[in-house]
Amino acid sequence: MTPQSSFMVVAPIRSEREGELRRVLAGMNRANGQAGPLNPLIPFQALESLHFARFVVLDDSTTDDIGVYGVPVPTYPHALAFLGDIDGDRDVFMRDLVKHAGNGLRQVFLCCEGFTESTDLVQWMDEHEHRPAAYYVNWRGRTMRQIREEAAVATAVASYLRANQTVPRQPPRDLHATLRRHFEAEVAAGRLTLAPEDPTPLRWWIAHAVNLVALPLIALVLLPVLLLYVPIFAYQLRRREKRDPEVIPPLDPAHVSRLAQMEDHELTNQFNAIGSVKPGRFRHWLLVAVLSLIDYGARHLYFRGRLARVHTIHAARWVFLDGGRRVLFASNYDGSLESYMDDFINKVSFGLNLAFSNGVGYPSTRWLVLDGARNEQKFKSVLRRHQLPSQVWYNGHTGFTAHHLERNARLRRGLQSASLSDRELADWCRLL
Amino acid sequence: MADISTSAVDYEDVQGLIRFGHGKLSRACFYALQIRDAAAARHWLRQAPVASAVVRKPLPVSALQVALTARGMKALGVPSAIVASFSPEFVSGMAGDEARARRLGDVGNSAPSQWRWGASQRTPDLLVMLFASAEAWPGTEAATMNSLWREAFQSTACLRAADLDRNEPFGFADGLSQPEVDWEQSRVIRKDETEYTNLSALGEFVLGYRNEYGRFTERPLLDPVAGIDLPTALDAPQKLDLGRHGAYLVIRELRQDVRRFWQYMHAQTGSAVEASRLAEAMMGRTMNGEPLVQCGGRSIQGIARTPENDRLNHFLFADDPNGERCPLGAHIRRANPRNSDFGGPAGGPVSRLMHSLGFAAKEWRDDRVASTRFHRILRRGRKFGPNLTHEEALRPARADDPERGLYFGCVNANIARQFEFIQNAWIMGAGFEGLTGERDPVLGTRSGDAHMGPCNTFTIPTAGGASRRLYDLPEFVTVRGGAYFFLPGIRALRYLATVGGPSLGQSGG
Repeated sequence: MTPQSSFMVVAPIRSEREGELRRVLAGMNRANGQAGPLNPLIPFQALESLHFARFVVLDDSTTDDIGVYGVPVPTYPHALAFLGDIDGDRDVFMRDLVKHAGNGLRQVFLCCEGFTESTDLVQWMDEHEHRPAAYYVNWRGRTMRQIREEAAVATAVASYLRANQTVPRQPPRDLHATLRRHFEAEVAAGRLTLAPEDPTPLRWWIAHAVNLVALPLIALVLLPVLLLYVPIFAYQLRRREKRDPEVIPPLDPAHVSRLAQMEDHELTNQFNAIGSVKPGRFRHWLLVAVLSLIDYGARHLYFRGRLARVHTIHAARWVFLDGGRRVLFASNYDGSLESYMDDFINKVSFGLNLAFSNGVGYPSTRWLVLDGARNEQKFKSVLRRHQLPSQVWYNGHTGFTAHHLERNARLRRGLQSASLSDRELADWCRLL
Repeated sequence: MADISTSAVDYEDVQGLIRFGHGKLSRACFYALQIRDAAAARHWLRQAPVASAVVRKPLPVSALQVALTARGMKALGVPSAIVASFSPEFVSGMAGDEARARRLGDVGNSAPSQWRWGASQRTPDLLVMLFASAEAWPGTEAATMNSLWREAFQSTACLRAADLDRNEPFGFADGLSQPEVDWEQSRVIRKDETEYTNLSALGEFVLGYRNEYGRFTERPLLDPVAGIDLPTALDAPQKLDLGRHGAYLVIRELRQDVRRFWQYMHAQTGSAVEASRLAEAMMGRTMNGEPLVQCGGRSIQGIARTPENDRLNHFLFADDPNGERCPLGAHIRRANPRNSDFGGPAGGPVSRLMHSLGFAAKEWRDDRVASTRFHRILRRGRKFGPNLTHEEALRPARADDPERGLYFGCVNANIARQFEFIQNAWIMGAGFEGLTGERDPVLGTRSGDAHMGPCNTFTIPTAGGASRRLYDLPEFVTVRGGAYFFLPGIRALRYLATVGGPSLGQSGG
């Protein structure tokens, strides 16, 4: 099994070169923020282990909000974030990336502070790496290679069934045997390939196991202290929840329209939201704890197709910026933003509240998980207002929802099985 | 604060259309109008005999309803700050931007640029909906379109409906399933509804009341000014509620190609009986309205236990999870999935917690469809064009063959969450229920995006075997026009017809 990982390079933009940067980024697109898959600057598609990638100009229009707490409003220079979701080791990927897109990346990063003609690209990107505080991948181990191969299998099966319209009417056992014969013939002829899984890297296993026990262990050690802290925590939390102001001004229609222009060109969409963490150590450490918990959940519970009840997210991350004062949330999801928010509100409002209620201006919560996102219209407004467009977005498996990827995987497994139980056979037939 | 959740509705102030479909008034015409003279328009609107939602006996022989677009409000001189405080979808309009058209599936032949009315210069300012019995029609229409009307308005489109009967143009029994509006506000709205309910919160269809989240949908609230006669806001008693007793009205002219529909069904099957079967699979109901899933065994809140409902409406798709009786992509499954907040049964608190955390799904494809109760609409459309029998439909059209279709109309409080969601995620959703390359078999546009190819298949799951799949479905329905309207409360209508005039309150009411 090849586990997935991520990268995110963040660097301040030289203000005098922001216009140029935006032009360079736009030059990678075929339309509306959608990357040309083989554009000459960064031929994303040539990077075979790349699922998603994007460039986002971190131009946060909500930084003033923190002023409602009477604290000084910091100014953040516009920064560029370059992030992606990949198979295997980050460092290996970055070297491969530089090999394919070194010149393009240089052209981009020359518009950023601290990058010159003579800068070592790999080293510079390593220095500007921002690891996610929480990271979710829909299906751990589903590699780009597997996705491509299984998509080809699904297409081959669909065309075979279309060309041979009596085949679908065969009894299930015969149908399975017929399709298996066809499939094996296609494999033998070299038209379909299904590479076996690579072994799971030992280093990853060790890190994974350590992570699995570390959090419970820390919790166990701290348990007496935590128990004593609970009433104090409850007091601290409720006191803040009662007085934390909501910041929900009317949305700027031009902002919404700019974002909408980039959305719904295909089944999957990109999403970024940025915001400031509420001032004070309490909220900061609460958010650190919550994101650690989400990250733990994503590693050990939710790595097989759904994040709690939400099954439309391909990949998502929360990343601290500016020494923890701001957070970027970035995700790739299926369907429209309205349906994405609907899932957030109706299915996982508790999770959204846990994480986002530590952000300035969020709709009021009770006990960290109640209300908040359930205040439907305020929540949608807040989310849209904090949203940032992706200047460039690449989707390596465009045309497939997470559901389709799982369907293809099941279809392939069924074809590779010589014998299926009656139940397995019935389930498998439903995939056709 | 006083209990504000059960404040009785002032039916005098609600336009009748929200409460009644005017089903006893067989004739109807919707006039999409632009304002020629603002003063005359204000005058006409102030004195228009708008039908309220009060039950009258004997039944009136006619009913007039009025709705405005954002453009119409501006033309009437309503201050732009007030117009801007309506919902963004309403302000932008149905054809307002390309992203919306993309989401609604208004592309290709259905793109706003192809519309007969509703886009750019053909956007109406208002919609006057007139309903009457056949006998009363001539007199009612003449009285409505008086000299002041002619001075005030010019026609953008005249949507003359066919006389009401039970069938929509393809020949299916129509108007069988509607949400039951909880006018009495008797339902306790819980955070999680573990059963499908057909009883919808009043605030889903009437602004100014609690919606399915137990909240008040955003709408314009005004500071009180002497001389303004508007209801107060239940959630902000110091404010006047311009939205209260009003709703958003979505109108779309949908052309139905009846010949193409039946010719396709015949070409796929070869016999009249089989052609009907196929069409029924696409619709999810038989021609006379019976659902393809088992009906009658379920008791559903908000659906009265009558023999008719036992035959037509007491059913859930949970009884057919794999779509072997009613295909997963059938029209009625897309338009109203009839599920609960959990997408399946949920028992006690532990079971609910497991559900919420995502550990309760048994099958990998469970729980894929959004909870229905947040996405309901009250349909108020009428069909147009002469009926065409199944046999006639197989013959080629004469050159003067009239158009047929539906003036789709629906009432909702939140266009984005209700009408647009249903249209985008369910009707046009190419990922609905995990299907591939298909949208609503009846209503859907067949164009895909740049990556997935056309969406022109239809899948009919079969018990214990591979699905039957139909290919190359043509488009049976084309959008020919449409707009988002605000259907104001009656006092709000008088206010909107006054506020832009020379001096406020001069001739209000």
